[in-house]
Amino acid sequence: MSGPASLRSAITVAHLTLVEARRRRIVLAGAVCASAFLTVFGVAVAFAYREMMADAAVSFVQRQATLTFIMLVGFMAANFLSVMFAILLPVDTLSGEIDSGVMQTIASKPIDRAQIVLGKWAGHLLLAVFYLLLMSAGILAVMRLAAGFVPVGVPHAIPLLMLEIAVSLTVSVAGGSRFSTVTNGIMALGFYGVAFIGGFVEQIGGFAGIVSLRTIGIIVSLVSPADSMWRLAAHYLQPEILRGSGGLALGASVPTPLMVWWAAGFTLMALLYAVETFRHRAL
Amino acid sequence: MTEAAAGRPAAIETRALRRQFGSTVAVADLSLRVGAGEIFGFLGPNGAGKTTSIKMLLALVAPTSGTGDVLGRPLGDRAARARIGFLPEHFRFHETLTAIELLRFHGRLHGLRGVSLEARIDRLLTRVDLLDAADRPLRGYSKGMLQRVGLAQALLNDPELVFLDEPTSGLDPLGRLLVRGIIDELRSNGVTVFLNSHLLGEVEMTCDRVAFVKRGRVVAQRVLSMPAETLDVELHVESAAPGIVEGLSRFGTNASQPRPGVITLQAHGDAAVPELVCWLVQQGIRIHAVHPRRTSLEDVFLDVMGEDERPG
Repeated sequence: MSGPASLRSAITVAHLTLVEARRRRIVLAGAVCASAFLTVFGVAVAFAYREMMADAAVSFVQRQATLTFIMLVGFMAANFLSVMFAILLPVDTLSGEIDSGVMQTIASKPIDRAQIVLGKWAGHLLLAVFYLLLMSAGILAVMRLAAGFVPVGVPHAIPLLMLEIAVSLTVSVAGGSRFSTVTNGIMALGFYGVAFIGGFVEQIGGFAGIVSLRTIGIIVSLVSPADSMWRLAAHYLQPEILRGSGGLALGASVPTPLMVWWAAGFTLMALLYAVETFRHRAL
Repeated sequence: MTEAAAGRPAAIETRALRRQFGSTVAVADLSLRVGAGEIFGFLGPNGAGKTTSIKMLLALVAPTSGTGDVLGRPLGDRAARARIGFLPEHFRFHETLTAIELLRFHGRLHGLRGVSLEARIDRLLTRVDLLDAADRPLRGYSKGMLQRVGLAQALLNDPELVFLDEPTSGLDPLGRLLVRGIIDELRSNGVTVFLNSHLLGEVEMTCDRVAFVKRGRVVAQRVLSMPAETLDVELHVESAAPGIVEGLSRFGTNASQPRPGVITLQAHGDAAVPELVCWLVQQGIRIHAVHPRRTSLEDVFLDVMGEDERPG
């Protein structure tokens, strides 16, 4: 099959993935959750801002620092929900269809199995990135409308969060090419959990100046680079003045830009693993 | 193989295909040839390796060893897969889709697009009698309807070779009739059909030739489309004069009179029956009934599989 024909097959699979997500009301469920979260967040920001404005003792700098902290907490929650969405959405996309036998009729068609993996991966990534952007736009809109606050570093931070989504989602797709749905779910969540804990260890190490903890955190980030993208994004979302001294305990240890390349390479390797494993899998 | 099929190129030819899952041998030695245009039945008890064999032919499972060609191309060749249709044993589907959407999706995977795809979908849904339900989500379909939409899916690309794994399971008698009709149409269009079914009566009515698989090996093959060489015949007569039983030996073998008024023999094929009836009448014997009885495929199946394959 020629290149354009292969691309068309991958697009056909991606399109089916999007149609299925809509029909199974996954998009609706995601939108409802996002709306609920943004409503709570919006109310909290509005009340916090009103109280701060009413208190003459709160300076402009204190107010901005507090609003930055609130915004970061908002992004942290949105990031966590988006990562869960990215892991759970495709967790059964390969394993489930292999187990149910749906895959037999698809894979017997004149297409390379790589097109199936790539189509499903692309379709789910589009959905997960859409969800992240929806949440991020909501947080930015709430901060702007409820407190007149415009954060810095958004153009740097959002692509990093998208990369984190890509890492988590690709690990979930790759696991599904080899393991059963339940096993894959446990492993993919565990993969992110390790990164999450490793990130905390690294932050504590940075905040308390304990080198060994930082080293452990960095090693964990290399094994599981998802959470380090969040920490780098959080770093960019803070104004310059708060970054230097490990401000807000979210930037005590900042991953290097090289980690971005590692995360991108990791995603690519996980995707290649998914393709190769699925190519040789007995269906 | 039938004489007609023997002269044609092979649609399927395998040489010692084997598949092991760990220490379990699913298929030990699959060596067979299916001629183009044949309706070929693949029979065996549960766990004999029939489905794994089909999966190897479709490149869904890679053989551990052995080789094979499908439509003149090596196993797994994508160009060959474009000319193949497949209905799996348990046809599963994306249940949120409608029948039209499902067929459109599978058609696009075949590289079909636009008006020609829509026309094929319309034609096939009409053929499997699902046009009225075409816009309903598949989750509301009965098992028989799903089987029929699966059959339409297998025929989307006007295939030259169709694998049907238990195509009539879940179908009522009318549904089975529909499947038989479709297989007949495929036969008249020169399409090769590889049929895996437990319903031996269906296979007997449909197939030109069958292979029996036992413990992952083809242990016997039998042509069904040729007239039987021998035919068991039971005659009910008013009385049989001495010498009549011996006289019948010219029309067959093993003629005997198990009880008064009943004569049995193995006639030399279909053509011998009217001749022996005519001869009996000429001898002045009054005939009450003639019961020709063929050896059924089920009898052959049980004979080939032996006692050890019977449950219990």
